[in-house]
Amino acid sequence: MNGDRYSEERVRELLMGALDGELTQEARAELERLLASEPLLQEEWKRLSRVKEVTESMKLRKPPEETWDGYWNSVYSRLERSIAWILVSIAAIVLISYGGWHGVQDLLADAELPWYIKGSVLAGIVGLAMLLVSVVRHRIFVSRSDPYKDIQR
Amino acid sequence: MVEQVLVERAQAGDTEAFGELVGRYMRRGYFAALGLVGSHEDALDLSQEAFVRAFRARSTIDPGRPFYPWLYQIIRRLCFNFVRDTRTRRRKLEAAGGWLADEVGNRAAGTNPEREAERAELRERFEAAIGELPEAQREVLVLKEFEGLKYREIAELLDIPIGTVMSRLYAARKSLAASLGDVS
Repeated sequence: MNGDRYSEERVRELLMGALDGELTQEARAELERLLASEPLLQEEWKRLSRVKEVTESMKLRKPPEETWDGYWNSVYSRLERSIAWILVSIAAIVLISYGGWHGVQDLLADAELPWYIKGSVLAGIVGLAMLLVSVVRHRIFVSRSDPYKDIQR
Repeated sequence: MVEQVLVERAQAGDTEAFGELVGRYMRRGYFAALGLVGSHEDALDLSQEAFVRAFRARSTIDPGRPFYPWLYQIIRRLCFNFVRDTRTRRRKLEAAGGWLADEVGNRAAGTNPEREAERAELRERFEAAIGELPEAQREVLVLKEFEGLKYREIAELLDIPIGTVMSRLYAARKSLAASLGDVS
């Protein structure tokens, strides 16, 4: 069984190496001997050679030449935009937090507001904070333990 | 300018130096992405995004090592994520092919419309068959056939043994042979 597996792997290496011109002369002779004695392998060799022939006749299609003229400008614009988004996000977080904090303080200081409204506001804030912590903790756990962490989903 | 100097300057925040790196590798990056996603617009978008991410992560580059293999890791990750996205997959199915050019076949067909149609059909079937390959096989096939890398270079780029390169290539070609079937 092990011998069979080894020989399968060896045959695969010989076939691929021959198609891609990466075989030594000895290995090439080894493949030719195998092909001469194995009709099924010969069939496979023909099919694989046909695939190689078709692949070699194809090229990746070239884009219009103008693509390259504007390429760096597009990358640069994206870089600028990403910096702008970071700044806007920071500003939004700071301003919303500041406004929210003052809003809550005002609400809690309002003596005319019923106690259950104040309690609901507090419960909402605590709930949101718990959700935030839970999401962040889950993300950290996934990034540490996920074997596919390099692949962003 | 030497690549190492450009990388060091880019690391210091010099966008002009980074622009020169982009100029050097934009074609290779684009074609790598095209081979993996099979659409001009997506390849352009993903390769440009890869450069943006490369600039953001520039502090992690080792200036003493070649820039492209590092960039390629970003490109392939972005491309694989893109292909895995179910919405993208649906869009891909609806999209027309045309990311391969059958230059040799077109030359051979000359002015024979029948032969030309046959070659166009072959190209379409071939594109579809490559699109059906598992991503690891497709990647190795693209690097070998369209980028023209040696087994050793592919193994280094993907950090896998040469035997794995050959077995992935074998599996890819076997699938393609089955898909092409009776095409002559």
